Amino acid sequence: MAKHTITLIINGQSEELLVPSNMTLLHVLRDQLGLTGTKNGCEAGECGACTVLVDGEPINSCLVLAVELEGREITTIEGLSSNGKLTPLQQAFADLNAVQCGYCTPGMLMSGTALLRRNPNPTAEEIQKALVGNLCRCTGYQRIIDAIMEASRNGGAQ
Amino acid sequence: MLARPGLPDFEYIKAETFQDVFDWMKEKGDDLKLLMGGTDLFIQMRDRGEGPGFLLDVKGLPGMQEISFDRKNGLKVGAAATLNSLSSHPNLLTYYSILCQAADTVGNYQLRNLATLGGNICNASPSADMSPAALVYDGIVVVESPRGERELSLDQFWVGPGKTALEKDEFLKRIHFPTPPDKAAGSYYKLGRSKMGDLAIVGVAVLAFPDPNQPAGVQFRIGINSTAPTAYRVPAVEEFLAQSPTTDEILYKAAEMAMDISAPIEDQRATAIYQKKMVRNLVYKGLKEVREILK
Repeated sequence: MAKHTITLIINGQSEELLVPSNMTLLHVLRDQLGLTGTKNGCEAGECGACTVLVDGEPINSCLVLAVELEGREITTIEGLSSNGKLTPLQQAFADLNAVQCGYCTPGMLMSGTALLRRNPNPTAEEIQKALVGNLCRCTGYQRIIDAIMEASRNGGAQ
Repeated sequence: MLARPGLPDFEYIKAETFQDVFDWMKEKGDDLKLLMGGTDLFIQMRDRGEGPGFLLDVKGLPGMQEISFDRKNGLKVGAAATLNSLSSHPNLLTYYSILCQAADTVGNYQLRNLATLGGNICNASPSADMSPAALVYDGIVVVESPRGERELSLDQFWVGPGKTALEKDEFLKRIHFPTPPDKAAGSYYKLGRSKMGDLAIVGVAVLAFPDPNQPAGVQFRIGINSTAPTAYRVPAVEEFLAQSPTTDEILYKAAEMAMDISAPIEDQRATAIYQKKMVRNLVYKGLKEVREILK
């Protein structure tokens, strides 16, 4: 199988990569770049653990080939905080204990970040709709919703 | 351990021109599939552990992601326009609200940033979420081949579960929706096993608009999915409704007619009898809703 040389902008850094055709963005992030904050859950676009931002919009990284994304900007969970300072949303997740096992948390934060950017003051229902594609089997979702609302009152996505 | 095995091997090719597409399709035949959103294709390939040897990415071709609207010519949607680009488009919210509603019921937000209208239509799934809305807006598919463009209505295009009227050298280029009649009102109801994100057990779109030439003073269009080999309109019911005053009794009778026409199979999502009864209930609900909007 032929490999493709592609350039992706990952968390602000340009990365030149050699990828086989069938390698998804998820596997490039985790296996080639060691960015294991993005989680592998269902690989079917249902659980949202693999959610990353492409040009600012959330997508399932398990359902897109890396080679399809030539030249695009990818933001992963590792790219949210800067200089060790958490974003208001990350801080709200920590403050409100919106995490139990933590496996869904990176995906939740990416979906929540994108939501707050397109809608800085979402209602609880709008948050629920935005998180349909992010499954959590621990928290019951309430604290996650609370944390996103808290962040919206406290600086938004940033 | 991975939840699922990775994708089987294939070669990815990016089409630069329409001629590229014709050439590759001719050369590779059944060993090539066109790639747009990939949200169904990749899952099928993973589940089956095999797939075509070549995927030809056509979403970057000119016009494939374009959405354009004017009141004279209606709406043109490039086959690779994503569902989120549809549901956030101001003209669609104004003139084609059921398309937006239907798009918002597909999977989840992240998925809809990848999934395309053309992919949903080409998969020809009986339960495809965009089908009822596309049917009531009289969607026309425009297919391209070395012989030029040709247009088909959706009922010509869908020939069975997963089967379309596309010839071996044809592909879907765009979908055209004529401008809806003035004051058209619409509703869309989707029943799934969960409130959001699931596949449809039944989906019903209803569009209605004033028409002084009809005895009822109004015309209805009804599109239904998931309860026959393809999504379908119910012309006999629409004709019945146009002939009669839109009382609750008439609307219920119409809903029962739709139930009788529906032909669901038993499957893992629902029994056939349940689906039939839900066709009746959702058609009745939709008819009543649009009647109230038009009042």
